[in-house]
Amino acid sequence: MRPSGRAPAILAFAALVAASPARAADATVKIGACLSLTGPAALYGAQQKAGIQAAVDEVNREGQIPGVKLEVVIEDDASTKEEGIAVYQRFIGRDRVSAILGPTLSNTATAVDPLAQSAKVPVVAISNTAPRGITDIGDYVFRVSLTEGQVIPSALKRAHARLHFGTAGVLYGNDDAFTQAGFGVMRGALEALGVRILGTQTFAKPDRDYNAQLTALIALKPDILVVSALVENAAGIVTQARQLGWRGPILGGNGFNSAAFVGNAGPAAEGVLVGTSWNRSSPDPANQAFLRLMAGRGVEPDQFCAQAYTGVLVIARALAASGGKGGREDLRAALAKVKDLDTPLGRFSFLENRDGNHEPALQEVRDGRFQIAP
Amino acid sequence: MGQQAVNGLFLGSIYALFALGYTLVFGVLDILNLAHAAVFMLASFVALVLVSDLHLHLLLALPCTMALAGLLGLLLERVAFRPLRSRADSNVAGLISSLAAATVLEAVALEVFGPNVARFPFGTLPAGDPAHPLHLFGAVVSRLQLTIIGVAVILFLSLTFLVKRTRLGREVRAVAESPRAARVLGVNVDRAIAASFFISSALGGAAGVLYGLAFNSISPDMGRSVELKGLSVIIVGGMGSMPGAVLAGFALGLTEVFVVAHLGGSWRDAVSFAGLFLILVLRPHGLLGAVSPREA
Repeated sequence: MRPSGRAPAILAFAALVAASPARAADATVKIGACLSLTGPAALYGAQQKAGIQAAVDEVNREGQIPGVKLEVVIEDDASTKEEGIAVYQRFIGRDRVSAILGPTLSNTATAVDPLAQSAKVPVVAISNTAPRGITDIGDYVFRVSLTEGQVIPSALKRAHARLHFGTAGVLYGNDDAFTQAGFGVMRGALEALGVRILGTQTFAKPDRDYNAQLTALIALKPDILVVSALVENAAGIVTQARQLGWRGPILGGNGFNSAAFVGNAGPAAEGVLVGTSWNRSSPDPANQAFLRLMAGRGVEPDQFCAQAYTGVLVIARALAASGGKGGREDLRAALAKVKDLDTPLGRFSFLENRDGNHEPALQEVRDGRFQIAP
Repeated sequence: MGQQAVNGLFLGSIYALFALGYTLVFGVLDILNLAHAAVFMLASFVALVLVSDLHLHLLLALPCTMALAGLLGLLLERVAFRPLRSRADSNVAGLISSLAAATVLEAVALEVFGPNVARFPFGTLPAGDPAHPLHLFGAVVSRLQLTIIGVAVILFLSLTFLVKRTRLGREVRAVAESPRAARVLGVNVDRAIAASFFISSALGGAAGVLYGLAFNSISPDMGRSVELKGLSVIIVGGMGSMPGAVLAGFALGLTEVFVVAHLGGSWRDAVSFAGLFLILVLRPHGLLGAVSPREA
């Protein structure tokens, strides 16, 4: 029998009807991302934006949250607290977002996260690394990025396993809260490893000459130099140490963790060790999938990109666990339960204090760029 | 110990070179030229442009930069100092206008070169073989340090020759003693003052280039790190005394290095400036400052 001329239309209608119940249930959950897309932190913000967009597309494509479509609103805080406050107010009041991916800079976070806390909107920080003052703000503030206090001890432990140093010379900036805190973490970690600190020297941010400090440290003949410095000082310190004939290992804090450090120190940077939250060359399927995804989008991802991507995955996991309920209170409760999630950063869980936890890695400068140390 | 002495001499040679320019203008005009630190900074940027954009060899870029810095000194003298010279309060007025000039120059540098730290390209000075550094009395001396100390010493010697042995030097010294008497004796006072500004700024410029090379860090605010130190060097050395500035420059460099090594970095400036007060109490006219016959 010849099929009726109307059959294709009927079939199409049937298909539409069959598909529609799912579609009708598709709720949208909106999240906000407050990023530094202009200003001094713009380089970080661009990476974060790419990571977030890729993650949201991926979550929706794979249907990771059954019955829910994730939507993200990205706004620029211009690397300032003032703009950040305005962005948070729009997210909380106008856009009525279910959660906020936190501001790029720790400095901004300290000003804006209290707004979300008092409005009871969950925040997931994706790049704040100040050990204190972020998740301390309150029980609605979570953090994906590891703190200095998590990365440095792990980096020292890995370096120790490889180089077996027994003594260290320490140099740190004592006029900056970050480098000073970094020094405290380093000292604790070295003591825990049983490494004897032969000498400690300090410098100030405006200093450009570190020869005296380095000469004094090198004269003590330590097995390793451990340095807590911001990126501008870091390049000068490493260059001058090499000029003074120091050929031993150098391990730096998070201030070294920047392509600018390698560019500015040039050949002197070779062999310098730095801890990192993201192991680019990890063979984990989650990381390999992330690398393929970003390559397909034409983005060369860095740590900030991987952390931002992970931030979205964490929210998606929480939404899936709460049955797709986008209510702020449901989401907060579900976030706290995120555990053993496979992400580009490794297997991710939240700690009791809402700080993230996963295994950091150690990288080494080789051939003019950071590579994961074996 | 030997290594720290090398570090101190290295740092001291830059302080001394910078302070020489300060003290020269002070000796001649009794005016502190606070724009000296801005010339120091601009010269560093100029040398950077010559080396990295025009690909000049450093040893060619250095004299070019010194000449340009000297011309900037002439301009400063013409714009910021000469119009005030006839005023009764020309010392204070000159101080303020030099401070204004420094602010303008720093703003220009900020606009042109941006706030970021700039660097000489790698290999501007051949670093030598890192596996076999130069050893001198048990200390490692880099080729960079040797070059900088060498250039500084050559400039000290040429300046001494210029001031002591040439006609221009005699005129400058005559003006320093008494402008009126010099004029009576037929010295072109304006020309001598302009010449001392040229030389002063050329030396400040050389110090800027060497500082930029030494620490490979050039930024619009770099002058501030040496400004105060240069002032204390000329006070300790004896205002207007050139050998005093050199001596005090090296003394400051060595003091800083040894304080950092033995007491810690936080004590560096505190001890250095405490030393300044001590010397002023013990020798109010500085190490080599003579009591001026006009005051005595």
